[in-house]
Amino acid sequence: MHLPKRCRSLLLFPVAMLLAGCNTVLMSPSGDVAAQQGRLIVVSTLLMLLIVVPVIALTLLFAYRYRHTNKEATYKPDWDHSIQLELVIWAAPLLIVIALGAVTWISTHTLDPYRALVRIGADRPVAAGTKPLVVEVVALDWKWLFVYPEQGIAVVNELAAPVDRPIHFKITSSSVMNSFFVPALAGQIYAMPGMETTLHAVINKPGEFEGFSANYSGAGFSHMKFKFHGLATADFDKWVQGAKGGGTELSRDGYLQLEKPSEREPVRKFATVAPGLYDAIVNRCVARGTMCIKQMAAIDARGGLGTAGDTANGTLASLNLNLVTSPKSKTLVSAICAADERIGAPLPLATAN
Amino acid sequence: MLDFSNPTKLIFGRLTWEAIPYHEPILLFTFIGVVLGGLGMVAALTYFKVWGTLWRDWFTSIDHKKIGIMYIVLGIVMLLRGFADAIMMRLQQAIAFGDNVGYLPPHHYDQVFTAHGVIMIFFVAMPLVTGLMNYIVPLQIGARDVAFPFLNNFSLWMTVGGAVLVMASLFVGEFARTGWLAYPPLSGLLQSPDVGVDYYLWSLQIAGIGTTLSGINLIATIVKMRAPGMTMMKMPVFTWTALCTNVLIVASFPVLAGALALLLMDRYVGTNFFTADLGGSAMLYVNLIWIWGHPEVYILVLPVFGVFSEVVSTFSGKKLFGYASMVYATVVITILSYLVWLHHFFTMGSGASVNSFFGITTMIISIPTGAKIFNWLFTMYHGRIKFEVPMLWTVGFMVTFVIGGMTGVLLAVPPADFVLHNSLFLIAHFHNVIIGGVVFGLFAGINYWFPKAFGFKLDAFWGKVSFWCWLVGFWVAFAPLYVLGLMGVTRRISHFDDASLQIWFQVAAVGAGIVALGIAAFLMQLWVSWRNRAALRDVTGDPWQGRTLEWSTSSPPPDYNFAFTPVVHDHDAWYDMKQRGHQRPTQGFKAIHMPKNTAAGVVIAGLATLCGFALIWHMWLLVGLSFAAVVAAAIIHTFNYHRDFHIEAGIVERTEQARTRALAAAA
Repeated sequence: MHLPKRCRSLLLFPVAMLLAGCNTVLMSPSGDVAAQQGRLIVVSTLLMLLIVVPVIALTLLFAYRYRHTNKEATYKPDWDHSIQLELVIWAAPLLIVIALGAVTWISTHTLDPYRALVRIGADRPVAAGTKPLVVEVVALDWKWLFVYPEQGIAVVNELAAPVDRPIHFKITSSSVMNSFFVPALAGQIYAMPGMETTLHAVINKPGEFEGFSANYSGAGFSHMKFKFHGLATADFDKWVQGAKGGGTELSRDGYLQLEKPSEREPVRKFATVAPGLYDAIVNRCVARGTMCIKQMAAIDARGGLGTAGDTANGTLASLNLNLVTSPKSKTLVSAICAADERIGAPLPLATAN
Repeated sequence: MLDFSNPTKLIFGRLTWEAIPYHEPILLFTFIGVVLGGLGMVAALTYFKVWGTLWRDWFTSIDHKKIGIMYIVLGIVMLLRGFADAIMMRLQQAIAFGDNVGYLPPHHYDQVFTAHGVIMIFFVAMPLVTGLMNYIVPLQIGARDVAFPFLNNFSLWMTVGGAVLVMASLFVGEFARTGWLAYPPLSGLLQSPDVGVDYYLWSLQIAGIGTTLSGINLIATIVKMRAPGMTMMKMPVFTWTALCTNVLIVASFPVLAGALALLLMDRYVGTNFFTADLGGSAMLYVNLIWIWGHPEVYILVLPVFGVFSEVVSTFSGKKLFGYASMVYATVVITILSYLVWLHHFFTMGSGASVNSFFGITTMIISIPTGAKIFNWLFTMYHGRIKFEVPMLWTVGFMVTFVIGGMTGVLLAVPPADFVLHNSLFLIAHFHNVIIGGVVFGLFAGINYWFPKAFGFKLDAFWGKVSFWCWLVGFWVAFAPLYVLGLMGVTRRISHFDDASLQIWFQVAAVGAGIVALGIAAFLMQLWVSWRNRAALRDVTGDPWQGRTLEWSTSSPPPDYNFAFTPVVHDHDAWYDMKQRGHQRPTQGFKAIHMPKNTAAGVVIAGLATLCGFALIWHMWLLVGLSFAAVVAAAIIHTFNYHRDFHIEAGIVERTEQARTRALAAAA
């Protein structure tokens, strides 16, 4: 080929793209879940290329072969139907979709983020009795809070986990939707206020990886990032001790301060965490005297306030709801006043610590 | 709400001088540009004395052809705005690395990407698609207008009203900073207390009324007004896709209106449908919005599938391969498009079986879509393909769209979506199908039917320049986004720390620049064609050896479209007529019953837009007045008994004789 040099480098452009694509974090991640997801991308793409490549090739071929100026080519202006061809053109995509559908059904179930891990790598099943490391993840405006209930610590904008130990993330958010995503570790799951989502994952290589919110959440979104450290077990213990050494406590009031919108927060570690904090965050009742969602749901499940069901039970006979509304703040149930003390017993209403 | 002690507040609500962004240089210069351009336009229109004809013959027109053209003009104007947003984003992302924060702070950048999405979908793609359907469908089925001509005019002006509100947000207040679907709780009152989300909600509500009514109108037209002999299975494929699209519109836009209405109630009257507290569920909104949102994708793409079917058959000089399977494929896509909405949020924690179900239904849609691609392919097979501009767009589409389809099916595999969701890979995918599908199809359609609408062809040279710029520009702009997506880079970010990513964004920005040249070449094409209209003139009404009824009448068609309603024997009705040596009737003309122009559409839609503006700014007095005026104007219009007239037989005869002479002169 006698192309000018510039043109030749242009031809290399798609090749460069392909190479760049293969070398990315999604294609060569460091956690087993992400690795399986990456492989699934490759398998699905190859499966589809089986039909896409011929279609593109035929399009270009037909466009060239049956061009107006080519009088050699057959011209059949009234040929518009062929049972055999129609069968093929419906059957070919159908077969690909059957194959891909099977792959989808199986992989969606084996890689269900809610399902506890059964393996930490190819041919490396999780040992019986292994307890996963539990991390409670809270998306705040615009930073991440990670609570380690087992270790009793909490960290802002830094996450660490021991290599090859299954991790069980419980994920929620304080105000808006975010998405918890560490590409090297596993796929993302949304973090949503008043709800808890789950992700099971494992990191197989030590190292420092990027984590961030993958769902736009407002002004500070671009910098809602953190580092995820995959650490050897001893290093992880050291990391935990480091947090404990700091000595500060993440109290409920401290959380309410932390919750306020801020950007580019530095890493902060808390040696202890107020009991039940994460549960209160999910149930949106960290502030003193607010009613938790689960209490609200429990009342609703009994038929709501002042309905026959509750009156008959005699437990919620004389409830008064105080709705606090101010123009600039959210509406919430601030307190629930009951004439009957028994109310405290079946429903854990007291949230103030 | 009402505070009679403060008259300023009662009248102006929360609108103050603060809302005018004169401290933002970018907006200020845009504003000055718009004002100068607007003044120049007004001056030119006055100088050439076209206000009268503009009002009498266009704005108040209930002729489906003129309404179609006005929709397309709206779409092209809004394309420039939407594309300006795109260029701003690409520039920001190309430079905002490390210490360089770029030129758009998040407050501005977040409005830009929201506006880009909203404008491109609702005020570019929708008007262009609706405009094409409006213009072509009655002609293809041998009708003289749509079923409800006044409603058609009203629908147009409601769509314009929505666009006006979005444009107003540029200079009065601000637009939403929520992303184009405005997920709560971010779009709730607590996180977005200012007017941006209200602009979003009211402009979509107002435009949505127009879209829904236009959908009802076109369904009624296609079902009731087909020429004798045109059974459902003899309808042209474009009309079939238009029918399916309008069924989708009528069935899905009310869901959007409902979801937005609930969000409006959350924002205006303190309900808690989608708030995080008091039992609200934001996921309910996400479900509702996508129950509209996925069919919306097919609302855009089905009509352009119809365009490609017409184009490929015409320019291959051949019957469309597999007409019946094309129709069934369209119907299957229509139905399936309602069964896939959850694939937009696999990552919100649905169970594995639910995710698999929606993933597999999504893949199933690729079967009829694949069949369509093969049908076009085998229409080209054994054809005589003329590479006029519409055909170039079609081949460009076939090559580009299959890649977009492939990445789409890939995203439908839930575990793959977990890593690709919300990434730039996703952005690349949907631009791949919307640009490579919808936009290419719209350009094919505009180039194909332009001579029908104006009586002269578009200039081929500039058309080809535009095509190549769009095709190359698209790939240069979006291929890097596929790669960035695989690098785990997420969407809607205004500043990056990782400098190694910068080169990809710079390449993408170059691509956007090439697309800009494509748009410029298209405008140039319009201008050059207008200048050379004498040379490009087509008097036959059938410049491409077309196959469907719209090519049987003159270009542009007379007000009444067809002097005699044609009788149809085949789905390529005009080709069939030509084959049997059809002779144009030259006598025996009768008076034709036609609807009459009315200003009611402009007036009612204008008042509704004013009401929307007042609602956005909490100008309660104006809300009450304008709403009362909307109701009053609608009632007054019902008492208008002068809605129709007859085009006298003599006028029809003269018009047709003029055409006979022109045809004879050309032959």
